[in-house]
Amino acid sequence: MNKIYEAFKNKKAFIPFITCGDPDVATTKATILEMVKNGADLIEIGIPFSDPTAEGVVIQGANIRALAGGITTDKVFDMVADVRKEVSIPLVFMTYANVVFSYGAEKFFTRCNEVGIDGIILPDIPFEEKKEFLDVADRHNVDLISLIAPTSDDRIAMIVKEAKGFLYIVSSLGVTGTRSEITTDLDSIVKIVKENTSVPCAIGFGISTPQQANEMSQIADGVIVGSAIIKLLKKYKTEAPKYIGEYVKEMKEAMN
Amino acid sequence: MKETKGRFGIHGGQYIPETLMNAVIELENAYNHYKNDPEFNKELNYLLNDYAGRPSKLYFAKKMTEDLGGAKIYLKREDLTHTGAHKINNVLGQALLAKKMGKRRLIAETGAGQHGVATATAAALMGMECVVFMGEEDTIRQALNVYKMRLLGATVIPVTSGTKTLKDAVSEAMREWTSRIDDTHYCLGSVMGPHPFPTIVRDFQAVISKEIKEQILEKEGRLPDAVVACVGGGSNAIGSFYNFIEDKEVALIGCEAAGKGIHTFETAATINTGSLGIFHGMKSYFCQDEYGQIAPVYSISAGLDYPGVGPEHAYLNDIKRASYVPVTDDEAVEAFEYLSRTEGIIPAVESAHAVAYAKKIAPSMGKDKIIVITISGRGDKDCAAIARYKGEDLYE
Repeated sequence: MNKIYEAFKNKKAFIPFITCGDPDVATTKATILEMVKNGADLIEIGIPFSDPTAEGVVIQGANIRALAGGITTDKVFDMVADVRKEVSIPLVFMTYANVVFSYGAEKFFTRCNEVGIDGIILPDIPFEEKKEFLDVADRHNVDLISLIAPTSDDRIAMIVKEAKGFLYIVSSLGVTGTRSEITTDLDSIVKIVKENTSVPCAIGFGISTPQQANEMSQIADGVIVGSAIIKLLKKYKTEAPKYIGEYVKEMKEAMN
Repeated sequence: MKETKGRFGIHGGQYIPETLMNAVIELENAYNHYKNDPEFNKELNYLLNDYAGRPSKLYFAKKMTEDLGGAKIYLKREDLTHTGAHKINNVLGQALLAKKMGKRRLIAETGAGQHGVATATAAALMGMECVVFMGEEDTIRQALNVYKMRLLGATVIPVTSGTKTLKDAVSEAMREWTSRIDDTHYCLGSVMGPHPFPTIVRDFQAVISKEIKEQILEKEGRLPDAVVACVGGGSNAIGSFYNFIEDKEVALIGCEAAGKGIHTFETAATINTGSLGIFHGMKSYFCQDEYGQIAPVYSISAGLDYPGVGPEHAYLNDIKRASYVPVTDDEAVEAFEYLSRTEGIIPAVESAHAVAYAKKIAPSMGKDKIIVITISGRGDKDCAAIARYKGEDLYE
């Protein structure tokens, strides 16, 4: 049984995202600890990339700030190794194919396994290209997490049947960022997912309010929130962890 | 390992968000249907000939040949096509294809503005909406082209993310496409991005080498010894090379923008200085650091100022069928002035990179040898910037 499954066991999972190194590694670590303390079930840690084409302006900004602060893939691994001493919930990476490729996939996933990373989300690796990293990720017990989009249609079953860890359902067209309204027919997507797999599914993109978290948790097994957290980091900088902790608590409570 | 779709050796592929997968599959299916459709080809040929002014001339540059004292030099005059650059070949093909697919809106990225102007032109012609993403830095360098796009009815969106140049314009156009797919076609301007773009754009640009071959056979009764073209993403170069790939006796030479030199950080010579990576939907060579962060690149030419190169060029380099050489800003500017003075032809500063390299190799080649240089675009757009580069206080 993989560790990611534990995040969804007998509960709806709240999955916050944070870009590592924005504005510095110490703040990232403190934020992760606050997230765990306040009910996060799984945490998505972003390894910054210079050109994050799937991100909206908010997370683009986090990537730029983190890289300007001197973060590197090696420093991200060090941060995870450090925080792992105090955190037992599943942790997954979110980054771009070139970050893994240039590090060397074998070395990258070996390090993931060493520091206690349970899965990875690569938004620029669709089903057709997943063998680029799938075998090596598998060998190191890291789940390569599949994404489903509002445009996936006839592709959903194909993707879902080979899903590992959890399924990331992209709620809306476009890039990451908060949205006032989500119009995709998520019920229909989740229905096809459930017909084809026992792997849990979580909805992300555009979710920021407790009400949205509540609505989405009734459709899917988990809720992913990124941009709303990054906005707090941008606003409060090194003071952000406690505000993010409060926010996580509020979102988690709305889902119960 | 079984290779995925759209590969050129190890390069290419479809490294894009799931949101775009059905869009590129739809595009591939439509292209495979229409590329052999007689009606589609009839319409496209009509546009290329009667609207864009093809075939473009292959001109014997007699004065340049005499001045350099070596190989005979021919210029493939893409600068004489409508909108002043080869970009129109691809755009007319893609816009017609998009129209057949029922799309009513074109989006595009542009560096120098040539592809943006071409896309805005095709959109105006075909009654489609047009939005062009252009790095803010480039909207300043190429202000005249921004005006032209607006004149043609397009909306120009200055991109302020990242380095505010071509790379960021591509990222922003990709982001826009993920948010609006139903009625929108992303008219990608070079032989890059995810499959099927590198293949589609190459096929629409291959008309350049098809014509060069016919024209040189008619004029000289034989194939050239070398075809020289500038390479950013690489669309005019692949168009110039494609029909010669099987003719092994023809040297294919791509000229990369070295900026201030390949031993400086201010360069955009991807094959000469980059390494293998995955970005903008493709596996290819990129200028990047050890952690895969894409490097800020530099060239005087906004059209070559891109940190990657099309996957088919990466492959032609790997198998040593084509060679890729660096040409600096200084060399390109010198060639810009040289061609203007010698032949009365003002080339785009992009094309001037190819002229500069041909100038270097022609004198040491025999008088019986033949070089074809593709003049991918005309240089009106560059005059003010180059005047400033030379210290003149000239603004458009």
